[in-house]
Amino acid sequence: MKLTINGKEQDYQGEEDRPLLWYLREDLKLTGTKFGCGVAACGACTVLVDGQPTRACITPATSLEGKKITTIEGLDGKAGAAVQKAWTELDVVQCGWCQSGQIMTATALLTATPKPSEQQITDGMTGIICRCATYTRIRSAVARASEIMG
Amino acid sequence: MAADTGTFSGTFIPSRRLVLQVVGFGAAGFAVGCSPAAGPSAAAGPVTKSALGPFVKVGSDNTVTVLLKHIEFGQGVSTGLTTIVAEELDAAWSQLRFEHSPADNALYGNSAFGGMMGTGGSTAVFNSWDQLRRAGAAARAMLVSAAAAKWKVDPSAVTVADGVVSSGNRKATFGELAADAAAITPPEAEGLKLKDPASYRFIGKDREPAKAFGRLDTADKVNGKAQYALDYHPEGTLTAVLARSPKFGGKVASVDDTAAKAVAGVTDVVQISNGVAVVATNFWAAKKGRDALNISWDESSAEKRSSDAIFADYRKLLAKPGFEARKEGTGAAALKGAGEVLTADFEFPYLVHAPMEPLNCTVEYTPGTSCVIHSGSQMPTGDQAAAAAILGLQPAQVTINTMIAGGSFGRRATQDADLVSEAAQIAKALNGKAPVKLMWTREDDVRSGKYRPMAIHRMTARVNNGAIEAWGDRTAIQSIMAGTPFLPAGAPDLSSIEGGFDIPYAIPNIAADVHWPISPVSVLWWRSVGHTHTAYAKEHFFDVAAKKAGKDPLELRRELLAGSPRLLAVLNLAAEKAGWGTPLEAGRSRGLAVHHSFNSYVAEVAEVTIKPDGAFTIDRIVCAVDCGIAVNPDIVRSQMEGGIGYGLSAILNEQLTLKDGAPVQTNFYDYPPLRMAQMPKVEVHIVPSTEPPTGVGEPGVPPAGPAVANALFAQTGKTYSKLPLGTKA
Repeated sequence: MKLTINGKEQDYQGEEDRPLLWYLREDLKLTGTKFGCGVAACGACTVLVDGQPTRACITPATSLEGKKITTIEGLDGKAGAAVQKAWTELDVVQCGWCQSGQIMTATALLTATPKPSEQQITDGMTGIICRCATYTRIRSAVARASEIMG
Repeated sequence: MAADTGTFSGTFIPSRRLVLQVVGFGAAGFAVGCSPAAGPSAAAGPVTKSALGPFVKVGSDNTVTVLLKHIEFGQGVSTGLTTIVAEELDAAWSQLRFEHSPADNALYGNSAFGGMMGTGGSTAVFNSWDQLRRAGAAARAMLVSAAAAKWKVDPSAVTVADGVVSSGNRKATFGELAADAAAITPPEAEGLKLKDPASYRFIGKDREPAKAFGRLDTADKVNGKAQYALDYHPEGTLTAVLARSPKFGGKVASVDDTAAKAVAGVTDVVQISNGVAVVATNFWAAKKGRDALNISWDESSAEKRSSDAIFADYRKLLAKPGFEARKEGTGAAALKGAGEVLTADFEFPYLVHAPMEPLNCTVEYTPGTSCVIHSGSQMPTGDQAAAAAILGLQPAQVTINTMIAGGSFGRRATQDADLVSEAAQIAKALNGKAPVKLMWTREDDVRSGKYRPMAIHRMTARVNNGAIEAWGDRTAIQSIMAGTPFLPAGAPDLSSIEGGFDIPYAIPNIAADVHWPISPVSVLWWRSVGHTHTAYAKEHFFDVAAKKAGKDPLELRRELLAGSPRLLAVLNLAAEKAGWGTPLEAGRSRGLAVHHSFNSYVAEVAEVTIKPDGAFTIDRIVCAVDCGIAVNPDIVRSQMEGGIGYGLSAILNEQLTLKDGAPVQTNFYDYPPLRMAQMPKVEVHIVPSTEPPTGVGEPGVPPAGPAVANALFAQTGKTYSKLPLGTKA
């Protein structure tokens, strides 16, 4: 089965129910996408599927034929670059484990809503757990990324 | 970062004489100019790295790599420790790199841990401050000597600034001088002249503009390249998951692994001391294999009580005096007498650390020869010794590659090296046929954890004539350290009640005692350890007593902290910045708490809103911290922000309860960490200081909960003595 990951076609031949997360991490060595809970509760594994934030830990790889999958390693475009720049300016990260998921989610949020209100930022980002509680900086960084996008 | 293209092996074995020199002169006086295997540092390869002492490697590419004796798990040591070295070295910020040091107590021990290597107790900067300034100064002196010899000038004519060594119009980079410098006898650490703080370029400097002096681990954590232990996956790695007893203290009675072995991808099923491991070619297969195991457990020695029954047993203990930890004045006798006696039982549940990167460890074992471990190791030499004992190797045959970790909050520093021990037992059972990665799922983390212990604080105060005349704090709590190498046999574990029995308020009569009940449930230090519950009970009950005394909680604290100037200073700063005493709109109120932990002083003021239906929100927390010199002010701020979030998470949401001895909660859906929607705005104010730096990883946590409880109390008059608080006031 053909999957398109970060613009490259991959031939998936694994088990039918194996989540995308493990195919990315173990087979393709795309380890920027993280395992946090395995039940879609924390969002550390968030990737973009046709631009939509998607939890790779519960999404079977075989369900994604014909879709465009983007991981942190393949993040590009105006919103993605602005998010990474804002995250760097504000030194958002602490342990960093959830941050790929935060960044992918923020990118999708700003792509859909380039000028989010404070409430829209919280609503858009509250699904991703950061155990270091970098939330105050994530809020500021999403707002800053929106500014950078102009 | 840890990825190192150089030829320096990173593991050097100093002779005994050199080790003695290290001890004698302070570690900074020790230089290794080459790797023992590769010969002189000018060995072939794209980049050579020359060691200027145990903490500094300078590359021919002009990078300066600082070796971290503490693990980076989010708290910022990769930047903090590197900053200290770079300051005295006069390096340029752009040339700084970091990597974790090898496991070696002699070179990389923590002076706050009796010389054992380890990260914890918010000690990283605290115990490294002198050592790393001298390491930086020694490396600088060696570069200066190398330049002086090369240019045939007196060393006094050589200057170093921003990563460039110069004399007159001659200039050289660190990289150009590194090989020569490494061959120079290092200066004695004690003779080194350290900088006047007035000339610091990095230490204590804020990052303005935003790009300057940023965290050294940011870039790779923002682009997905940072390599954690779970990301280490050499070709052919087998993945293991372990079925552990559903109840603490249970043992495998028998196992039927027929169905597990039939799962495609499962290669082995092996029994080890803690349970049954299923090993497979990938995680998904291993997990499915584990689900298919049929194990019967011997629960004869297991914990079988529910949380309510444990609390009931604790309350029975509290009827009797425990170990007397403190007596001021007439102690407990003064709890009876004139005035009014208040009492409340504060109940604290088990808490899970739940670092976002689930525990994992990869072992590459060559029987009889060697073992290489990749792990987020918080106590590398302990892990090394444990693996060596299991595998029948000498510790020196076990290489610990410490990886940055996705959080810890104490979980990776265990009394018994549990993670590495399980993985080493599996590797031994497989006889080294392939690298094996042991993975914990989130369910394993929540249900088989080592928890912040349950506790009850029975608080008593006698209030008379507008004053607190007597204070009592009797606690029942499992000991974390009893029966481990961290506490001499029979010694009292006062870490259980740290921050409580040593209450700083000038109250004339104080009685603090403690019971240490025993249970098979495993418990562990959890970010801020005893302070997680003592600060809550002390600071919230203080407000209850202050109200009974008819005093404003800030005024009474000021009165009773007159002899504690640093506590008083943070209290006053937080109160001022929060606008204490200024009017608030209806439904809104403030509460404050102040606490000393890990040698630092923190006060926090919480502002809450209670809605008509009783639901409350935390709108804002203002924090003041005195941690001595703030090496990286922005990291101090981030640790306070994060510590507040971690503290609120526990106080609002978290509890691990037992039913008939088995954990009730399973994963983040029923053990819910704080999310953004619950996170208040946070303001952090740092008290300027010339004192040596102290902890910041933990001290932000303890005041957050009681500040919120006090803000609720200010409106409702209720004592919030059962945690977590939940969503209603």
